[in-house]
Amino acid sequence: MSTTTSTPTAALAPITKSSVGSRLGRNLTLGLSRTKYEVRAYFRQGDSVFFTFLFPVVMLTIFAVAFSEQNFGTEAEPLTAAAFYLPGMLAAGLLLSGLQNMAIDIAMERSDGTLKRFAGTPLPVMSYFIGKIGQVFVTGVLQATLVLLVAGVAFGVELPSEPSKWLTFAWVFVLGVTTSAVLGIALSALPRSGKSATAVVIPIALVLQFISGVYLGFSMLPTWLQNFASAFPLKWMAQGMREVFLPASFEVLEQSESWNLPGVAIATGLWLVVGLIVTRITFRWIRKDS
Amino acid sequence: MNTTAPVVQVENLRKTYGSFAAVDSVSFEIQRGETFALLGPNGAGKSTTIEILEGYRDRTSGHATVLGVDPGKGGLDWKARLGIVLQSTGESGNVTVREQLAHFAGYYPNPRNVDEVINAVGLDEKAGTLIRKLSGGQRRRVDVALGIIGNPEMLFLDEPTTGFDPEARQQFWQLIRSLKSDGTTILLTTHYLDEAAQLGDRAGVIAGGKMIDIGAIDELGGAEARVPIVRWREGGVRHEERTHTPGALVASLMADGAEPSGLEIIRPSLEDIYLQLVADHATAREVENAR
Repeated sequence: MSTTTSTPTAALAPITKSSVGSRLGRNLTLGLSRTKYEVRAYFRQGDSVFFTFLFPVVMLTIFAVAFSEQNFGTEAEPLTAAAFYLPGMLAAGLLLSGLQNMAIDIAMERSDGTLKRFAGTPLPVMSYFIGKIGQVFVTGVLQATLVLLVAGVAFGVELPSEPSKWLTFAWVFVLGVTTSAVLGIALSALPRSGKSATAVVIPIALVLQFISGVYLGFSMLPTWLQNFASAFPLKWMAQGMREVFLPASFEVLEQSESWNLPGVAIATGLWLVVGLIVTRITFRWIRKDS
Repeated sequence: MNTTAPVVQVENLRKTYGSFAAVDSVSFEIQRGETFALLGPNGAGKSTTIEILEGYRDRTSGHATVLGVDPGKGGLDWKARLGIVLQSTGESGNVTVREQLAHFAGYYPNPRNVDEVINAVGLDEKAGTLIRKLSGGQRRRVDVALGIIGNPEMLFLDEPTTGFDPEARQQFWQLIRSLKSDGTTILLTTHYLDEAAQLGDRAGVIAGGKMIDIGAIDELGGAEARVPIVRWREGGVRHEERTHTPGALVASLMADGAEPSGLEIIRPSLEDIYLQLVADHATAREVENAR
């Protein structure tokens, strides 16, 4: 039996036998198609728009309003609550749009049969992932833009003008959102059902936010808790965002009294690698024979 | 692959979970362009069999090929030649019918026209509606549409018309007939005997994981199972006789000139034959277990 068919309906391009180049091209084309599809479906899902997309803006507004009378800086260099919480809310956005959104979304898709359906189509797993990460990237960019707009326009936060700061913002954002998305895909294997997904994932995300300097000033935490939080990526993403948006005088409050941007890159990058490895090992369209 | 080789070949297929054999030594073949119906009660092993052939489950032992490929090792180019309608699908569906089909069409190298498929499953008026807002039967038609959008050579239909109203089933049958006339090979599992009779060229009956009969639809159960039954009442007692010559029997009953009460001549329907097959199998099993 040869590998080609001679039937009239079999005028099919043999996908896996094509060159590596065109296979990559197909993966990317379908990945872009998935991204468009995912973004469209995301914004039609009311609860995900509220709990992951608008959440950082809502929290920033609450903090800015609740602590509007307080000075988070010094006598000489005052800082509003909105300015103080802005970097944390941007970091929270990375975690919510990436890890929380992905982990719940994929666990739901596994339990509602979506992944099983994909398993029976020629959709490459890679294209599915490109679609997911693309969706996280698009919604993350829109979310960060909205947070920055609200902070700048509604609460008068002075945003940095130096291009070097925005360059730092750009790489911390891209690295952070990618790591967060990949960790979300890895974490999606944990919930045993779609129903339990939110119950498993949200507490993890919430605890991380509290110990990583999102809702509570990181310098207020005891040293042992700071050290514990340093084992996870969110602390580093938040630290990178603080370097961009807080005054230079805040640097001494950090661990080792430094913004430690190389540390931000290394810690986040390591978690990205961990996420990729776990995903590679654990991700299956379906659990066969379960 | 030459065109006369069977599209599906299954030999001594076996699937066990612990000591329980869900599928036990099942063998059958499906030729190109043929529609084969798998019949059987719930839990008989129909879905396990079809899911092994779709690549969703691994077999414990035995041999299976679909389009010349071992389904446990089928790659993306193999999947591109299949259409799969699973028994259950319940995704949230925040996309419209047309968006979903246009998107899935992009996965396949040689898809059907999206609007033609929407028309074929009778969802023209719902093309712009979000899938989650459709009724259960309409969503099932979306499942069927997704199964055929890739222009498959081999189509798997696992209880496709569950939840359809009679009119929708008639439309669905029409659709499957047109796919058959295009040369699509089809494996169908169903509870509905009339569906198997309408669509199937051949059928296999599975019970307790075993193939208890296989053959052309009008030959299932063998010639004996089709022998007409004559029933009548005499002196309040019900009589029943199977005979190849029901006319002669009726004539003999009429010999004394008295009209027998409750006279019936019954040719067993496919459903009667099927139920008898399954019942015989269950009895044989009990006897075996009692030993």
